[in-house]
Amino acid sequence: MQNNGMFKAQTRKLPLTLPVLTAYCILLTVSNAHAMHVSEGLLPFHWAGLWSILAAPFVAYGLYRLRKLSAADLTFKPLVGLMAAVVFIISCMPIPVPNAGTCSHPCGTAISGILVGPGISILVAAVALLIQALFLAHGGLSTWGANIFSMGVMGSFAGFLTFRALRSMKINVAVSGFVAGLLADWATYFTTSIELASGIKGDSPFMPLFWKILIAFIPTQLPLGILEGAMTAGMIVLLYKKRPDLLVRMKVLKAGEA
Amino acid sequence: MKVQSPKSKVQSFGMMLLLLAAFCILPSATTASEKWPGVDESVIEKVAKEHGQETRKPLINTNQGDLLLFVFLLAGAVGGFIGGYYWKTLMEKRSEEVEIQKKNT
Repeated sequence: MQNNGMFKAQTRKLPLTLPVLTAYCILLTVSNAHAMHVSEGLLPFHWAGLWSILAAPFVAYGLYRLRKLSAADLTFKPLVGLMAAVVFIISCMPIPVPNAGTCSHPCGTAISGILVGPGISILVAAVALLIQALFLAHGGLSTWGANIFSMGVMGSFAGFLTFRALRSMKINVAVSGFVAGLLADWATYFTTSIELASGIKGDSPFMPLFWKILIAFIPTQLPLGILEGAMTAGMIVLLYKKRPDLLVRMKVLKAGEA
Repeated sequence: MKVQSPKSKVQSFGMMLLLLAAFCILPSATTASEKWPGVDESVIEKVAKEHGQETRKPLINTNQGDLLLFVFLLAGAVGGFIGGYYWKTLMEKRSEEVEIQKKNT
């Protein structure tokens, strides 16, 4: 009972400490909006339109999944709310990478892809990217579709599919979460390289430009991918310890594994 | 008076150390903004500029003076509050369910 009381006291402190810490961390790094999203105006109109058209069905699928799951299980909503906050905060919090001398940020879509499924994760990423493009000078409205596709679609599906594949091979939760986070981060930057190279190449060949961009990302994204992997594993393990029943309900674990 | 178990004492100490390190390292690592450009500047915008594409001003340009600082503060506080609120909701539901299970058994 005493432990339960302590646990309750600890959870009561969280809503106060989290906003303070988050605001502190974001504020320290905000002198310029150091983003990895494709900024406003960088993609020609037809390419920006194409990526928006490609991203639209996935966002619609996310809406459909959210309505379906919310109707079936109301306890699912707090988890979606938590994931929305996690993706929003993580994807606008730049982290300095000393070996590269640059800043970038993880995406958070691996965590949400694993916990609430790729469809809802895409929707959550789309909302986060829209708020960032509108108010934080982070990404852009014309490049919203391209950013949804790289961070939302590719990040969520890479995280979700990697985690499921590793779990089906009986690899433990922490390692599966780590690899899922790592690959989701790298998949996002791989896609950003494709989007940028195809959009700006003009008459020059695609492949050399694609490799140039991808290689330029490596010094920053290699360590950040590892960090994203650690964050994903940490979050999954934390929920596995605190709410294994929730992971079973979300089909992240089988009933016998919790 | 609540007595902390050795395990939770170690956890609290670890958390304190982590926070202390973050508070000490982050300011020194991030104040020199020119030294730490984002990959949007150092990779995306740089390559795009070489190929004749340049960024446009955003629709709502908050990148003016301290306005961006304020908007990020607001975003951090609101995002952190929402995250904390839903985390608390999820964890309290669990403790309620455990208590009900205990009573039933």
